[in-house]
Amino acid sequence: MGVQLAAEEGFKPPSTADFNLPPVFGDNPFTTKPVFLVFFSVILISTFFIVSARKALIVPSKLQFAGESIYGFVRNDLARDVIGHEFMRFVPYLFTLFTFILTNNLFGIIPFLQFPTMSRVSFPYVLAIFTFVIFHYVAIKHKGLMPYLKEIMFMPGVPKPVYILLTPIEVATYFIVRPLTLSLRLFANMFAGHLLLLVFILGGEHLLQGVIGLKLVSPFAFAFGIGLTFFEFMVQCLQAYIFTLLTALYIAGALADEH
Amino acid sequence: MFQPRYSNWAAGEAANPLIPHTAELIVGFVAFSLLFLVLRAKVVPLFEKAFAERTDAIAGGIERAEKAQREAEIALQKYTSQLKDAQGEAQKIREDARVQGAAIIEDLRTKATEEATRISAAATAAIEAERQQAITSLRNEVGALATELAGKIVGEALDDQVRQSRIVDRFIADLEKSK
Repeated sequence: MGVQLAAEEGFKPPSTADFNLPPVFGDNPFTTKPVFLVFFSVILISTFFIVSARKALIVPSKLQFAGESIYGFVRNDLARDVIGHEFMRFVPYLFTLFTFILTNNLFGIIPFLQFPTMSRVSFPYVLAIFTFVIFHYVAIKHKGLMPYLKEIMFMPGVPKPVYILLTPIEVATYFIVRPLTLSLRLFANMFAGHLLLLVFILGGEHLLQGVIGLKLVSPFAFAFGIGLTFFEFMVQCLQAYIFTLLTALYIAGALADEH
Repeated sequence: MFQPRYSNWAAGEAANPLIPHTAELIVGFVAFSLLFLVLRAKVVPLFEKAFAERTDAIAGGIERAEKAQREAEIALQKYTSQLKDAQGEAQKIREDARVQGAAIIEDLRTKATEEATRISAAATAAIEAERQQAITSLRNEVGALATELAGKIVGEALDDQVRQSRIVDRFIADLEKSK
């Protein structure tokens, strides 16, 4: 029946509708796959790191070493190197951000889960809002509200007429461009990556249902899909890193005294 | 056999993938906050503790080794300086002893010389006195003897003291001359 259906309807390329998964239970919008995946990621990350950090030995076990490596990477290479001496306050947030994004991205290529949660734009939006609120709050607390706004709107050391151009750009950068690019970069990467995998894997599947000639081509589509999976792995790690790095940079900018 | 890949659930709403879902926004907010609280309370402090303890263990070990080395150096310096002092002192004592010995010898030599000189002078004086005494006594005795003899020979009494004395002196001078 399926073969007939496919033959009759032809290949339907994957679309944005493939990301709009229905609720598992009735019409409850809190029971969709992405929602489950997000909660699963929270349990997974918490369990892994709590077990890993529980003993906190001077000479770490393999598990503790694995957890410490990730934590140490965020703490030293992202937080400390970017933010400077006040970095410790922001380590919990950056650490949560990195592990949360990384895990949810990797869900895109983990067998059976195979859905990058961050391809649902709501989640990147939430994370970008967190970062937006934090770096503005830090800047206002560090510099005071008026000096901070003045610094954004009237960058020192610039000829007055330039402000006509510069002020709108700076305001837009701080209040619109930063949160928007932060969330859309992550969302678009995950969305496009998943779509690409769908094209090759669903395409390969469709070719398999065709005539003998098309069946022979099908393995190439699958092979490409597998190759892209490795590529996706790289992108997923990179995007988690970039989101965290940019957040650290924005916080560092908020703490910097000179513009 | 083949499930439809998607349903038309909220199809209208999902047409634009950039429009967020309220439910997902809430879930994202809650889940992320939850994870943040758990990691901040249960994971970060423990990893920080392990880091701090490790740093302390390594840095403390190095510090202890450095301290031990410093102490050893100080002890070595102390012993070296003590040894140098002892050597210097021994040298000084030897030098003192040498000087003292020389002084003692010099002193003894001087005393011996003085003693010798003194004894020699006393002897000389005694000899001279005895000689004078002998000369005087000899002169008297010889004078008396000679006078007596001469008196007897010439038969003439030479009682005059002055003349007698003159004769004796002449006699003795002749004696010495003939010697």
